[in-house]
Amino acid sequence: MVGVNTNNSNNQSIIELRDVSKRFDALQVLDRVCFKLERSRTTVVIGESGTGKSVLLKHIVVLLRPDEGTVYFHGNRIDNLSERKLVEHRKRFGVLFQMGALFDSMTVAQNIAFPLVEHTQSSAAEIAETVAQKLRMVGLDGLQDRRPGELSGGQKKRVALARAIALNPEVVLYDEPTTGLDPVRADVINELILKMARELQVTSVVVTHDMTSAFKVADRIIMLHQGNIIADGTPDWFKTSTDHRVRRFVDGKADPSDLQALQPQSNNSSD
Amino acid sequence: MIPRLGASIRQRVVGFGAFWVFSFKTVGWIIRGSFRRENWRLLLPQLYEVGYRSLPVVLITGAFVGMVIAVQAIEQFRAVGLESRMGAVVNLSVVRELGPVLTGIMLAGRIGGALTAELGTMNVTEQIDALRSMGVDPIRYLVAPRVLACFLLAPFLTLYADLTGSLGGWFVSVVQSGVDSGPYWDYTQQAVDTFDLLSGVFKAFFFGGALGLISCYRGFYCRPGAEGVGKACTVAFVSSFLAILVLDFLLAVLLQEFSVRVWGFKSLL
Repeated sequence: MVGVNTNNSNNQSIIELRDVSKRFDALQVLDRVCFKLERSRTTVVIGESGTGKSVLLKHIVVLLRPDEGTVYFHGNRIDNLSERKLVEHRKRFGVLFQMGALFDSMTVAQNIAFPLVEHTQSSAAEIAETVAQKLRMVGLDGLQDRRPGELSGGQKKRVALARAIALNPEVVLYDEPTTGLDPVRADVINELILKMARELQVTSVVVTHDMTSAFKVADRIIMLHQGNIIADGTPDWFKTSTDHRVRRFVDGKADPSDLQALQPQSNNSSD
Repeated sequence: MIPRLGASIRQRVVGFGAFWVFSFKTVGWIIRGSFRRENWRLLLPQLYEVGYRSLPVVLITGAFVGMVIAVQAIEQFRAVGLESRMGAVVNLSVVRELGPVLTGIMLAGRIGGALTAELGTMNVTEQIDALRSMGVDPIRYLVAPRVLACFLLAPFLTLYADLTGSLGGWFVSVVQSGVDSGPYWDYTQQAVDTFDLLSGVFKAFFFGGALGLISCYRGFYCRPGAEGVGKACTVAFVSSFLAILVLDFLLAVLLQEFSVRVWGFKSLL
């Protein structure tokens, strides 16, 4: 692994992954991954498609369990807990899924109210007020009665973010938050990620391959390649790194080996 | 070839085990959830979907089943001068076997397909993961109310199919073919006991539970993409269909044995 040590001894580790490995059939997706995440910082995980970024994110909230290795939250091991025991931990996380994962059968308000209804004793009026407040935070107050099918891609992600922060989580996990959005809408999401970190002091983990987004929101960047962390550093370090694999990804330039499949087949015939 | 066969067998055994774990969890949540009032609000829309929305197709299925049995049997019975006994044959066939089995199969197609597609789509769009990430068990929230609705309502729908099946058989035998109505119902009353009616209803509980569990399981663990959901729907229907037939056979043997031991052999002829 290359990079600079971004661990700040003043910052307490909130999440830790130790030697986490995950395999799907013959495919080794994560291979002995280790890292610690510090409180109130935004860590961006980058890497090519299929390198295990989303799988890594799902291990943090134990939506997937490691084949080997352990996951800690506030120093307590959580990867071996039953689904029922995980509930208390999961209430402290908010997850923004790649496509939003809003419930189609519910309105925007019902989606955001869902965790409040399930986990709090709040009255209907209190829930409506919280829903309006969260929607204001993402700039969509007034859309309470819309269905997810009536929203644009960017609006869906903002509603999903409002739902993710409904219970005021300590940690927010973002899975490809800007994928599929135009640059302006993507920047709105980036600003929202910064706003959440600034106003709610949440610890954020953002999985993305959008380098504009990564440089804008990150305090720290981790690069995954074939299931391993190959670089870990500040955004400035990534901008100036001379490591070949980092440069190739950050600059978005394909190698001749990547383009080999596009070359015409060599003609072996005699004519 | 042998390693591939071994891998295939292993995969099936693991899948079968996973289905039973899924089923036990669902039954556990149904039992625990029935004491919690907030779970009842999850059940009501499913009761509406499984019961009320399925009623028309079940009524039509029952009616045609009764009519077809009568059409097939009437000439044979008339040839031996036993057409007045048509009621016994038609109604016994409907309440014991065809009512519950065809209601189960109709539900497997209408409700089972919808359950698998709905949960499969929720799975591939990460809505099930979203539930888990919010600390909500998707088996409690999504599966238990759906399976319970199938379990509770399949018997009621079977009774409706029995009713229209009986009326369909009467229509073809009495109205169309001129069998006397009095003897038709007299022989029906002699042949069809409460036990026959209840045995069909009893079987329907199992059919409803099985098709609900199988359909939800297939949707819950379907492979990604539209193809994954489509395949899961097909497999769910075929598995439910086979499960209904196998359960029907096993329950028929069990109930027949029970009936003979308690009431002795009853001749219909």
